[in-house]
Amino acid sequence: MSTVVPLSAQLINLFAAVILLLAFAMLAQRRVLPLINLFALQGLTLCLSTLVVAFSTGQAHLYGSAALTLVLKALLLPWILHRLVRKLQVKSDVEGLVNIPTTMLIGIVLVMVAFNVALPISQLASTISRGTLGIALASVMLAFLMMIVRTKAIPQVVGFLAMENGLFLAATSATYGMPMVVELGIALDVLVGAIILGVFFFQIREQFDSLDIRHLEKLKER
Amino acid sequence: MSISGLLWQFFAIALALALAPLLTGWVNQCRAWLQNRAAPPLLQPYFMLHKLFHKDVVLAHGASPLFVFAPYVVFGCMLLACAIIPTLSTDLPFAPAADTIALVGVFGLARLFIALAAMDIGTSFGTLGGRREMLIGFLAEPALLMVIFTTAMISQSTSVATIVETLAHGDFVINPSLAFAGIAFTFVSFAENARVPVDNPATHLELTMIHEAMILEYSGRHLALIEWAAALKLYAYSCLGLALFFPWGIAEGDSAAGLLLAISALIAKLAVGGALLALIETINAKVRIFRAPEFLGTAFLFAVLGLLVRLLLESRV
Repeated sequence: MSTVVPLSAQLINLFAAVILLLAFAMLAQRRVLPLINLFALQGLTLCLSTLVVAFSTGQAHLYGSAALTLVLKALLLPWILHRLVRKLQVKSDVEGLVNIPTTMLIGIVLVMVAFNVALPISQLASTISRGTLGIALASVMLAFLMMIVRTKAIPQVVGFLAMENGLFLAATSATYGMPMVVELGIALDVLVGAIILGVFFFQIREQFDSLDIRHLEKLKER
Repeated sequence: MSISGLLWQFFAIALALALAPLLTGWVNQCRAWLQNRAAPPLLQPYFMLHKLFHKDVVLAHGASPLFVFAPYVVFGCMLLACAIIPTLSTDLPFAPAADTIALVGVFGLARLFIALAAMDIGTSFGTLGGRREMLIGFLAEPALLMVIFTTAMISQSTSVATIVETLAHGDFVINPSLAFAGIAFTFVSFAENARVPVDNPATHLELTMIHEAMILEYSGRHLALIEWAAALKLYAYSCLGLALFFPWGIAEGDSAAGLLLAISALIAKLAVGGALLALIETINAKVRIFRAPEFLGTAFLFAVLGLLVRLLLESRV
């Protein structure tokens, strides 16, 4: 490497790589509880990465975003999900529509696509963390993939929340985050979404005795 | 090529021969401690080798010369691998003999011969072990090559010595790609060395064996050579991993002070690495043989991700 890269940029890249790693780990995880823990870990990494960006660029409002991420995505949402799993007594095995190795291969292809799409965009950006845009896009797509291939309700919600993680990373890396109002709005949205989905889970299970949302496809008026 | 360099090269090979069974003994000891068993002595592998070298060889009827020949080839391959990998210094005469791709080939040659020898006798367990070994091998090799390509892209060379020099003595840079490559390499070395998630080295159950099933028919000095080669393989993989991902301490020239430092660093790193290996083996259960492709597929995935991350993040900043 010819030019010296500042340590903060290296750290941001490292955290972004860890987020990508965790996205793949979530994709490969068969059980519900470790899945939620991985999601919490991803939130924590996202918080650390935002902190480094905030510290190295002096963008004060990013500290607020980092705190919000920590409270919401690393603590509150995982706690709600844990409670849900305990109350619903979910059986631990997650069933997927596609088997795990195939999912991983599709994931790799998605990462390649995301990296190639993000390359020209990130060259236009002037932020310190522009290199991570590709990773952010990749984690959004991986979370999307998880929502598609999983048939149980809780992994789908985790996929939805992980997608928000990816979007947040994209916002941080491309433009140093969104305005605080928008961020607060999204945070509230995600929180309320998770709570409402939690209520839905109970309804779904009451109807079908299972959280497999494939049952929903057979809904009929009686 | 200086005389002292040549001497140090031979010393490095002798050290590999001496340390390899010790490393196996250390891993076994740590494993026993972690599993609340009474540990075998640290020197147990040496006693084993001593016993086996003094026993007579019993050959099966119909064993072809290949069967007798294979242990020597396997042992030779592993010894060559230990000589190529810069365990002590990056400037020893054997280092330029082969690059990393050839190194993977050397491991492949050893695998080919041991699988052929396993099938040579014609027992069902030998054939079964040979097939399983080839299955694991053909999945592990691309992942290993991808790991090596990632490190080769960082240092712009496939020579092991150059890679280690670049990684150890360049400016301190955090390479996220190396983290991915390191995880992938760990997965691959567990599979290649017949360790727990893929194979259990201490098993007595023939149906679940991979490595052990292949060497069931060997006895006496042939078995000793194969056991020693297996220990050397573990040593070679450990040293390769240490050289690629924790290269600090490896000497550049052949000065005595640097090499002595390198020896103590190597032994300390191997002790920690062996204990970690035992820990990972203890907290994991052996997976079904049909899960092994998934395990190695994950390794391949991590290696490819490392390569991609390298292209995205580190090539142009």
